Amino acid sequence: MADKPVALAQKRLMDVKLGQLPSWFGTRDFTPNGLLGSVRGGYERYYNKYINVKKGGIGGVAMFLAGYIALSYLWEYDHIKHDRWRKYH
Amino acid sequence: MLSRLVLVSGHTLKNSGSFGACLVQASRSFHQSSQSLAPVPPLPEKGGKVRHGIFPEELFTLLYPKTGVTGPYMLGTGLLLYMLSKEIYVINHETFAAASIGAVVIYGVKKFGPSVATFADKINEDKVAKAQEVKDQAMASLAQGIEDEKKEQWRVEGRHMLFDAKRNNVAMLLETNYRERLHMVTNEVKKRLDYQVELQNLHRRMEQEHMVNWVEQSVIKSITPQQVQRI
Repeated sequence: MADKPVALAQKRLMDVKLGQLPSWFGTRDFTPNGLLGSVRGGYERYYNKYINVKKGGIGGVAMFLAGYIALSYLWEYDHIKHDRWRKYH
Repeated sequence: MLSRLVLVSGHTLKNSGSFGACLVQASRSFHQSSQSLAPVPPLPEKGGKVRHGIFPEELFTLLYPKTGVTGPYMLGTGLLLYMLSKEIYVINHETFAAASIGAVVIYGVKKFGPSVATFADKINEDKVAKAQEVKDQAMASLAQGIEDEKKEQWRVEGRHMLFDAKRNNVAMLLETNYRERLHMVTNEVKKRLDYQVELQNLHRRMEQEHMVNWVEQSVIKSITPQQVQRI
């Protein structure tokens, strides 16, 4: 309430209140260029936080690999469903 | 630690799309962004904190006010049990393979992590030292250039004295030349005037002698008819 008035479009996702979410979504740039820009922005943020440091740890690469594992499991889930042990859960 | 290895080998990978990292952040900024980042800010010392290798610390700080320290672990356990019981995560042959690989990887990381880290750090430090050396050499040569320039400027001040001496020399030469010619002129004029004086003397002497001769001649002539008779 005492925040200085920042335009809704420039707020980051975590600062947006729940009620403003649809309107915030409306201000996002969904053109291909905009999507590419947001992907590049996310990549740069991750890169600058975890990889491009003097003493990086295993976290940067490990998180990326874990995300890749999870995503590939998700894409393969329809195939893995057939390996289930029980029919009813 | 793996990131450090990636950093070391990164200069062979292309910058734009791949996961490779380059030690010099500035080259990436030059090619891609239009901002001017000079001087380039130094790299941060440590990356974002990550717990157990795959969970970023932000998750723990997010849950700490509401659930305390064990919150995320409880969340993790609950999620795991839910996925196992509802068979969202299915246990099959891949699970066994993943477990074996995971065990080997974790053992390798725990055992060889620090040594690889120090090795990569050393390589990085060598690169930085080389760059620093180049920079120091460049600065030293530039400072030397400044010193030489100052010396040259000091020398330029001395050139005024050189030109003054040369100007004095030339003035003296001119003066001597002038005086020589003055002497010559005086001598020549004096010679001409002496000549005229001698000429006039000669004239008067000749007139005197001639008159004397003439008077003598006329006296002798006038004596001869008369005095000869008297004597």
